[in-house]
Amino acid sequence: MSEAVVRTVGLTKRFSGGLVAVDDVALDVREGDLFGFLGPNGAGKTTTIRMLLGLIQPTVGTIEVLGKNVEHDLEHALRGVGSLVEGPGFYPFLSGERNLAIFDAAGRDGVRATRRSRIHDTIERVGLGGVGDRPVKAYSLGMRQRLGLAAALLRAPRLLILDEPTNGLDPQGIHELRGMFVDLVCEGTTILLSSHLLAEVEAICTRAAMMSAGRIVAQDRVADLLQPTGWVRVVTPDLEGAVRVLQDGPFEYAPVDHETVRVHLGNRPSELLNKAFVGAEIRVRELMVERRTLEDVFLERTGDGEIR
Amino acid sequence: MIRVELAKLLRRPRTWVTIALLAGLPVVVGIFVKTSGLAPPPGQGPALLSEVLDNGLLFPAAALAIILPLFLPIAVSVIGGDAVAGEAANGTLRYLLTRPVGRSRLLTAKLWVVITFIFLAVVTVALVAFGAGIVLFGIKPLSSLSATALTPAETTIRTVLSILYIGWSMLGLGSIALFASTRTDSPLAASLATLAAFVASQVLDLIEATRSIKPYLPTHYWLKFVDLYRDPILWRDVQRGVALQLVYVVVFLGLAWANFARKDITS
Repeated sequence: MSEAVVRTVGLTKRFSGGLVAVDDVALDVREGDLFGFLGPNGAGKTTTIRMLLGLIQPTVGTIEVLGKNVEHDLEHALRGVGSLVEGPGFYPFLSGERNLAIFDAAGRDGVRATRRSRIHDTIERVGLGGVGDRPVKAYSLGMRQRLGLAAALLRAPRLLILDEPTNGLDPQGIHELRGMFVDLVCEGTTILLSSHLLAEVEAICTRAAMMSAGRIVAQDRVADLLQPTGWVRVVTPDLEGAVRVLQDGPFEYAPVDHETVRVHLGNRPSELLNKAFVGAEIRVRELMVERRTLEDVFLERTGDGEIR
Repeated sequence: MIRVELAKLLRRPRTWVTIALLAGLPVVVGIFVKTSGLAPPPGQGPALLSEVLDNGLLFPAAALAIILPLFLPIAVSVIGGDAVAGEAANGTLRYLLTRPVGRSRLLTAKLWVVITFIFLAVVTVALVAFGAGIVLFGIKPLSSLSATALTPAETTIRTVLSILYIGWSMLGLGSIALFASTRTDSPLAASLATLAAFVASQVLDLIEATRSIKPYLPTHYWLKFVDLYRDPILWRDVQRGVALQLVYVVVFLGLAWANFARKDITS
């Protein structure tokens, strides 16, 4: 098992109004993960992330980031972390590059000698080449989001914590960004990506945790979360013949339209069904094993998708 | 971090506009006094202004007395109130803290910003008034407020002491502003809260019924810097003023630190 990059134990936050925003959360992000952190708005994702970054004090529980206890050694824990939390924040009257320089110089570990070249490279990488010298107030929402990412990437962090990073981007930008996340993970960065877009996480993440009403309801490899449902979808021009075969067989089935039928195979392999059809000279155009989507998993684990 | 914060202060146009306004008002007053030849009689109008027609070297002190009752406290409240709350409203506070910059370090840097602004403003006002005073009123061997002669060198030394005293007095208000700034995510609210404290102190200082608490009001000794121009210097109220401001600085910086060190940052 690879090294833990983020580990929380019994993490709980009760706000002064009495609201328990985060309840006994045990997050486990490992080195090399592209970790999807899912949940509806208000599930407690952002509060959890703010606790990981030392912005909010947990009521109970411990947090380790990059092997350091956040409560006792925040400075060292955060040195290897780049983050984007609830949208970027910049000084609007200064240029994008100047903003990055200010944040770099503010910490103790921003090496001055390499600052210019790092800023230049990062600005290019996030696709802002050529506009880095314009004041941030002239940036579009998407450009600000990219600049926020540049700020997070500036010191080549081991761990990137990104809260809804694709907000405000167009489909092209979202596509570029996903490619960049995959590249970063290949280069050895671990990414914790929070999102309410299940499809986004399904598309790129290797592991995921789902949060609902302050609790973790599922946490596993994405491939394991997306188990087959036990149903197989068959498309055939000989639907009547297929139904006759199924009537004689042991499987539950349900016709969908004039050439599609769903068959419940449970754990049995789908080639059985194909063999039966072929034996009866039924022409099979498609035979597809249905898998759960993350949405299905989420609804199963929570009973509903209620937003608090 | 301190360097970064000072660079942010000095690069901001607002800083220089504020200081220009602070320095400009006394010059305007000076021009009117000169052209009309009408200085307010002693005891009326801004302190020391009655004397400047006789001696331009007193004009820096008169200029400080002009901005001290209202203009300067407003500027200090705005800069101090903006210090932390401005970053919160801007969305930059969370990125500074996760950079990471320790919370105590950030607060210390902000304190240096307030100190720098105060002294930059007071010194600029005094220097501009010094130039304007020479041009408008000229240098004469002149009398102190106690009617004995002060040499130009002595007057200058006393002006430097006044600058230090007024700067220190403003730091008391600046500490209140910093504390307010850690309590809210709105720089406007923090500045207004500071101004409310300032106005309350001024009002309580005006009436006779509050005699028992007057010596503890933050603004009570501010104008006592004029005692530095007496001969010999009348130290008593100046010393009390310095000690009183020390209490305000220590208490409110302590409160600001205690509040900010473990505060949940939700901005």
